[in-house]
Amino acid sequence: MAVCIAVIAKENYPLYIRSVPTQNELKFHYTVHTSLDVVEEKISAVGKAMADQRELYLGLLYPTEDYKVYGYVTNSKVKFVIVVDSSNASLRDNEIRSMFRKLHNSFTDVMCNPFYNPGDTIRSKAFDGMVSTMMVQTS
Amino acid sequence: MADEALFQFLHNEVIQYIYKSAEYGEMENGRCITKLENMGFRVGQGLIERFTKDTARFKDELDVMKFICKDFWTSVFKKQIDNLRTNHQGIYVLQDNKFRLLTQLSAGKQYLEHAPKYLAFTCGLVRGGLSNLGVKSIVTAEVSVMPACKFQVMIQKM
Repeated sequence: MAVCIAVIAKENYPLYIRSVPTQNELKFHYTVHTSLDVVEEKISAVGKAMADQRELYLGLLYPTEDYKVYGYVTNSKVKFVIVVDSSNASLRDNEIRSMFRKLHNSFTDVMCNPFYNPGDTIRSKAFDGMVSTMMVQTS
Repeated sequence: MADEALFQFLHNEVIQYIYKSAEYGEMENGRCITKLENMGFRVGQGLIERFTKDTARFKDELDVMKFICKDFWTSVFKKQIDNLRTNHQGIYVLQDNKFRLLTQLSAGKQYLEHAPKYLAFTCGLVRGGLSNLGVKSIVTAEVSVMPACKFQVMIQKM
């Protein structure tokens, strides 16, 4: 269960960012922003290491003391960042991958919506609903 | 092959509609081609997002062009580009000897002056796809004998 989910456009501004504890949101924004550096590093590293998987999933970007940050970049250079709680029973890699897959599918649907202009913030209810299912439920 | 005909008919009607409304609405003729190209641009962006969902990351520009020529063209027109040439300095020429959207028009030089209208949407499609993959470009098309046509892609380096 994620604590914060963010979708970042190719020009590195956020298209969609949502976190669960609605207080302390700034901390998550900051975490996502710093993780962008790591993403850039990983993408440019792919070019040099020829025997690389060329996968879209980037894996664990960096662990902080409370949180772990995972990244994924689509072919259109849109980045998805998921922040999960470290104290949580650590999610298996497969679960994180499936979360990214669902994000990518929903994002593709948003992209194909004729009322959505690429580059705007994402305001789709369906996308919100899908993200809610992946976030930690707080009562 | 029924769904292919659907898109062709729709495409032809869109072109007719744009030109008719240009006649009534005091718009210069040059704008019609731009409108068609912009339509193709937005469609291309959405299509590329869908098609590249499961493909591996692209290594370089040539990889992107090869993807456009093979997978993208096959998904949209049910055939691949027949010939891809490049001067390795940002110019690519895609040659299609039997372009699907032109086969119904003529098999030679008849109606040659109307051919550019039917290519504008596809030019936009390619430009939109490339732009979403991070490649800024200008796409033009030329046709000398239908149904063969050439699309020229000029990559804009920042």
